[in-house]
Amino acid sequence: MDLFPLWLSLRVAAFSTLFAAAAGIWLAYLLANKEFPGKDLLDAAVTLPLVLPPTVLGYYLLVLIGRNSAFGRVWEAITGEPLVFSAKAAVIAAFIHSAPLLIKSARAAFESVDHSYERAARTLGASEWRLFWRVTMPLARRQIIAAAVLAFARALGDFGVTIMIAGNIPGRTQTLSVAIYDAVEGGDGQTARVLVLIVSAIGLASVFAVNRLTPKPVS
Amino acid sequence: MLELRHIAKRLPSGFSLEIDCQVSSGGITVLFGPSGAGKSLTLDCIAGFVQPDSGRILLNDEILYDSGAGIHKPPQQRHCGYVFQNYALFPHLTLRENLDFAAPGQTTAIQQMLDRFRLTSVAKHRPHELSGGQKQRGSIARALLTSPRLLLLDEPARGLDHELRTDLYEVLRQVRREFATPIILVTHDLDECFELADAMIVMRAGRIVQTGTPEQVLAQPASAEVARLLGCYNVFQAEVAALDPARDYSRLRAGDEYLEGRFVPNCFRGDHLWIGVRTDAVRAVPRNGASRAPGQAAAILEHAVTLPSGTRLEFAGGFRADGVAMHAAEATQIREWLLEFPPDSIVVLR
Repeated sequence: MDLFPLWLSLRVAAFSTLFAAAAGIWLAYLLANKEFPGKDLLDAAVTLPLVLPPTVLGYYLLVLIGRNSAFGRVWEAITGEPLVFSAKAAVIAAFIHSAPLLIKSARAAFESVDHSYERAARTLGASEWRLFWRVTMPLARRQIIAAAVLAFARALGDFGVTIMIAGNIPGRTQTLSVAIYDAVEGGDGQTARVLVLIVSAIGLASVFAVNRLTPKPVS
Repeated sequence: MLELRHIAKRLPSGFSLEIDCQVSSGGITVLFGPSGAGKSLTLDCIAGFVQPDSGRILLNDEILYDSGAGIHKPPQQRHCGYVFQNYALFPHLTLRENLDFAAPGQTTAIQQMLDRFRLTSVAKHRPHELSGGQKQRGSIARALLTSPRLLLLDEPARGLDHELRTDLYEVLRQVRREFATPIILVTHDLDECFELADAMIVMRAGRIVQTGTPEQVLAQPASAEVARLLGCYNVFQAEVAALDPARDYSRLRAGDEYLEGRFVPNCFRGDHLWIGVRTDAVRAVPRNGASRAPGQAAAILEHAVTLPSGTRLEFAGGFRADGVAMHAAEATQIREWLLEFPPDSIVVLR
């Protein structure tokens, strides 16, 4: 059995989670702790991918990074190959699919940190940078890791956006979800069953990890 | 010296804070008032957590906030230590690391502070492994390590048992003795004011209603509302029935009862006044069918409770007598009482 889809999906999910964490944690911190004009709009924009159908997201991405878009043309001029229908496009699809979940969960994690700790740190002269790394982050760490695990699991399972912008090229852009669809369509029940079990096992392990990492409410 | 000049802050809930006061640069000043008086909000404005809408805050002549000049220094630049109700010791750090956070690398100063506050043996413990008293002292020690120009404490004794409360008072007296840092402490406990305060600022509904030493405030509340806030006054309205400056005498009519007190200056016969009588100064005696003597008032007992300081009797009409030397069970057997108000205990409230 070809395990390329599993390998590709793990890589795609890992990279997209990395990017989502790098961008999303700051955004989540901003949304949780700062007041600024347009905050509600930014919050809505961040939430939007959670409610839009994957095909709609895929369409937007095709418009934004397709071969005929400005970005797509610049990308192709620099790298010599199109961005769409590549493994990189699969990473972008997974990122769009999972980042909102990470941002939402990370925001909740930051909001759950008792503000008296942050206030205390400020009165002790800590800069906002030091406060973030020495106080807020360590206190929210477990929930942030849980958010990243959840984002990883979601990135692993994306189908709609991936097939719209990365396509279904075996050995190149075919991820686990797409491979399952492909196997079912082609009547390859054996492959579909194995891949479904793998995805389910990773999903179960992720949810288990998230539950272990999330602090239990104190009664 | 801390100066709060015409500080105003309106919250979305509709609550508005309007204060103007000075806090001297020594000792403990207590912000006293009921819940919702704006005490903690005042502290937050001083610390820089909340930006007032207008006014000016100066600490030792340095501007911390000035609405006119657009200055609002962040908490990091104010050098005000803050001790939170929950102590806010960082739970992921040991006590020593908590102190190191305040004074990075200053191991000698940290060790001296640990020794001074009897915390050396628990320096490697995380906050959840510390007792309530150790957390208190740790939080105060951490705040003092930054050499603050002002130490702010938000209801530090709230929810503490008697022993911890006593420990806290001792630690705060130690801070007053050993450090030059002026302290502002928020409380709604009058006993705490007497335990600690060198000066007292009484607040109600976002306004300052009286300032002075606790003894001054208790001896002469500025108004009927302050007397009610103190919780140890019978407050009622009375009409001036007679005045005799030569005998330093006044006769006051409250409902159907007449009280005799000292001469009330700047008053005329027929004037209506708010009168306060300390609950522990009221003398309550069972009536036993006796007729009322001049200056005595008849009262019907509604409730009696025995407290550590003596029995409290509550009468119809809202009168209260504290420290009565009779057990509550015995007092409740008696319905009719006579109340005496010693002339010196009658305070005219403006």
